[in-house]
Amino acid sequence: MTPPITNEADRVDTVKDEEVQGEPGDPELDLALSPPGPSEEATEVAKVVVRFAGDSGDGMQLTGSRFTAVSSAIPNDIATLPDFPAEIRAPAGTLAGVSSFQIQFSSSDILTPGGMPDVLVAMNPAALKAHLSDVPLGGTLVVNADAFDTRALGKAGYESNPLEDGNLKAYRVYAVPMTSLTLEACKDSGVKPRDAERSKNFFALGLLSWLYTRPIEPTFAWIEKRFSSAEMVRDANLRAFRAGYNFGDTAEMFETRYEVKPAPFEPGVYTNVAGNTALAWGLVAGARLARMPLFLGSYPITPASDILHELAKLKAFGVKTFQAEDEIAAAGAALGASYGGSLGVTTTSGPGIDLKAETIGLAVSLELPLVIVDVQRVGPSTGIPTKTEQSDLLACVYGRHGEAPAPVVAIKSPSHAFEAAIEACRIAVEYRTPVYLLSDGYVANSTEPWRLPDVDALAPIEAAFATGANHADEEGRSSYWPYVRDPHTLARAWALPGTPGLEHRLGGLEKADGSGEVSYDPANHAAMVLIRQEKVDAVAKSIPPAEVDDPGGIGSAPVLAVSWGSTYSAVLAGVRRVRSRGLEAAMVHLVHLNPFPENLGEVLARYDRILVPEMNLGQLSELLRARYLVDVQRITKVEGLPFRASEIEEEILEALGRGDLMAKESSDGADT
Amino acid sequence: MVPTPESSAGNGSLAPGGAGSAARNVNGSGPGAGGPVANGPRSNGAGAGTATVAAPATSRKDWVSDQEVKWCPGCGDFTILAAVQMLLPEIGVRPESTVFISGIGCSSRFPYYMNTYGIHSIHGRAPALATGLAIARPDLDVWVVTGDGDALSIGGNHFIHLMRRNVNLTILLFNNQIYGLTKGQYSPTSETGKVTKSTPYGSLDAPFNPVSLAIGAEATFVARTHDMDRKHMTEMLRRAHDHKGTGFVEIYQNCNVYNNGAFEDITAKENRASNLIPLEHGRPIRFGENGEHCVVRNPDGSLRVAEVADVGEDAAVIHDEYLEDSSPAFALSRLASGPHEPTPIGVFRDISRPEYSEEVTRQVATAQASEGEPDLKSLIFSGGTWSTN
Repeated sequence: MTPPITNEADRVDTVKDEEVQGEPGDPELDLALSPPGPSEEATEVAKVVVRFAGDSGDGMQLTGSRFTAVSSAIPNDIATLPDFPAEIRAPAGTLAGVSSFQIQFSSSDILTPGGMPDVLVAMNPAALKAHLSDVPLGGTLVVNADAFDTRALGKAGYESNPLEDGNLKAYRVYAVPMTSLTLEACKDSGVKPRDAERSKNFFALGLLSWLYTRPIEPTFAWIEKRFSSAEMVRDANLRAFRAGYNFGDTAEMFETRYEVKPAPFEPGVYTNVAGNTALAWGLVAGARLARMPLFLGSYPITPASDILHELAKLKAFGVKTFQAEDEIAAAGAALGASYGGSLGVTTTSGPGIDLKAETIGLAVSLELPLVIVDVQRVGPSTGIPTKTEQSDLLACVYGRHGEAPAPVVAIKSPSHAFEAAIEACRIAVEYRTPVYLLSDGYVANSTEPWRLPDVDALAPIEAAFATGANHADEEGRSSYWPYVRDPHTLARAWALPGTPGLEHRLGGLEKADGSGEVSYDPANHAAMVLIRQEKVDAVAKSIPPAEVDDPGGIGSAPVLAVSWGSTYSAVLAGVRRVRSRGLEAAMVHLVHLNPFPENLGEVLARYDRILVPEMNLGQLSELLRARYLVDVQRITKVEGLPFRASEIEEEILEALGRGDLMAKESSDGADT
Repeated sequence: MVPTPESSAGNGSLAPGGAGSAARNVNGSGPGAGGPVANGPRSNGAGAGTATVAAPATSRKDWVSDQEVKWCPGCGDFTILAAVQMLLPEIGVRPESTVFISGIGCSSRFPYYMNTYGIHSIHGRAPALATGLAIARPDLDVWVVTGDGDALSIGGNHFIHLMRRNVNLTILLFNNQIYGLTKGQYSPTSETGKVTKSTPYGSLDAPFNPVSLAIGAEATFVARTHDMDRKHMTEMLRRAHDHKGTGFVEIYQNCNVYNNGAFEDITAKENRASNLIPLEHGRPIRFGENGEHCVVRNPDGSLRVAEVADVGEDAAVIHDEYLEDSSPAFALSRLASGPHEPTPIGVFRDISRPEYSEEVTRQVATAQASEGEPDLKSLIFSGGTWSTN
């Protein structure tokens, strides 16, 4: 099983561990230790938000993803938010080096990773300092007390030890000497103390697994498999995990354990999937549905590289991945492959989008399929590579010279990436056009349960390659014209190299309508500009109408919230919270950003107040205002983190003139 | 006796390991050739999948498109176009399986004049598009046509990476040492001090030597020719095309409008004997009306031109195209610092190294053989699942 999420730091750490500890294990170690003793009854809670925080090298992403995996096995509904620094190993013990992973798990349907954590697991002082302000008063802190020495406190900027100076009185604090208990557990195992110390994240995982009555067998099995080639590491991790679990059981430190019952899932088979993974699988599916080989041209860039990594493994599917010398070549190679009849895809993030622009313009002119995946991150320039933003929307809609329209599709959640990728492939192939597939750092790295679709029921994509002449001149001689169009889609006739008799030349120079020959004729250019625009506009006929979620009927609620991309989950959760107060709010989510669904103008016209939350300064707002002449209200967040449901709720309440309700319950951090 | 370029044709017994003898598969799709699995076109007409079936013969007119050639009258590009159009029928390839990809510049109009498949792409990026196409469709015969500005200035990065990857294609660099299409600015191969519209006080840049650059970038086949000798040019094109991997040919090409006579010192009929150094595998490197000049190795490994009378009959370096060590080929490329002194032409280097698109195809085939029939369902179920009723 693929761990749903690990970040670069964890990966490096793991490899290093294996190198250091790849010695024979202790043959005496009894891996089938007796199961932990029976615990007293657990207290049932509906949902919990846990945030694991530690140094970049502490393995917090791994810990979080393992906790996620066992929680989805219950099954709880889950949503996660990994958050880590761009540096592989930021200076140890500093605030800049803190890596965190938040998970919300619930016995009911949830949409977001939650707002304020109920439990903060802090592996060092820096982690506590960086995240304490997010923990509501009365919240639970589980800290590694061993890490709170003078030096570490100093690095984190603490003048005195918060575990001792009374400053944490407002919280429920569990100071657990995780490092020394881990070392103790690994004593006599043959693992060197310096290496055993690295297993303390598994101690934390074991402790939290006890506290929230998570099943332990899957974790044992996972450790066995993951570290099968490094017995020492495996044994240390097993011992640490067991020790953490047993500590919860026996230390009498914790008043109670908690239980989050299984969530009511729609019947089906589920997996827990990250956005980047689902996106890669969707591309494979899209190519299969089109019966075309998948070609990926890519240049490594955070946070998109995992798509390249995933597809590079899938060679058995006929996938060819090409790590190019730069972003431009990655797009160029993908376009070249498309010319040959492959489904050309290039994956990147913001800086790469800038570099690929000219090649995408060429694809507009050649009218060939090209899927450009942009996993958006904070910009401008290098920005903050590991933090999320939606600030590339206008760059994708407009960011090419000349009149160069291109469809844009956006992913709303990790599992939706599968379907959205297929949709991008469909439009690219059937309309012979570059298509942007927008993801962002949040959906790319976070995970959610995904009800697996019946892949046999997916609709085929029709490439409909040209196989013969499609034009006759006045004297009746037939020939192939590359720019003869399908009357419905306006897609041009696409002949592949290798087809005898259909030889032709394409280029970035303006082409004569029909024949595709170079043309500098003004009237022809005007016609071609319009045709290319009409073709992209025609995509709207093939997409579903915007679906309005307004229980009273379209136009019934006094306010409409418009979401796109990953704001979907927070906006829907915020709308639900407003409704749970007995108030009305409507929502519409846009998967297609260019062209918009044909009914969008009518929908917007039915509402007096329209809110558009975005992780940018209002890019969709601008498009909607320009296109529909509606007065939308922009709600912006550019902090590198997704919206919280409570933030959306507050905005909607304000719009409803009921901001007073929010103030009364400001301590409620339980986003759904 | 002055060695003639033509005599270098058959490399026969002098070619260790048959380097350069692996002609491109022009008909067959080969194992796992990445064409679409859909219908018709992939079958490539007669002879699909069978490299042994001879392609129907073509003549020059089959390769000439109906487009009017719009280069300036007298441009060296005409010679190159004619050479290519005359070569292709000889080497038994088919127009439908041939693709010319170019960037931007005068030379890059080339694909429009070929009755083949082709893309006139964007400035400097032809190697990138061609690489993707060659990887996706190893069954195709891919050519890149580029110029000194296109390949070495805006496209320099793609050029060097194409060389090191050894993708199966032929790349022709029309080097006229000037920007023609933009009306006469200096290029990355222009001599230092060049006075042009953009450098009225003379250019400050040191020029690239394209052959040196290619050899430094791990090219497996590097040749140079010029537009005043179609026979030699045709032979270089043939050799480059026959080479398995990237075949690179620098063509000295006269721009009679913006840089007329740039190569006259070496390519004019009366100057060739004294200023062109024909490279011929396995032969002493000698030139001159009567073979009176030769190339000898200095104690430090560099090369210089000497008089046979001074150094003796046996002193000349024996040219070896197949040396793994690129230093001797590089040293040859440094003999002349510009086309005004004795300059080697011919094949500098022709070595065998795994070809990129074939390796990509092999990895895919290996995965398919070991992992069996791929199944989308098992893929999406691969991450661990649970069921609810």
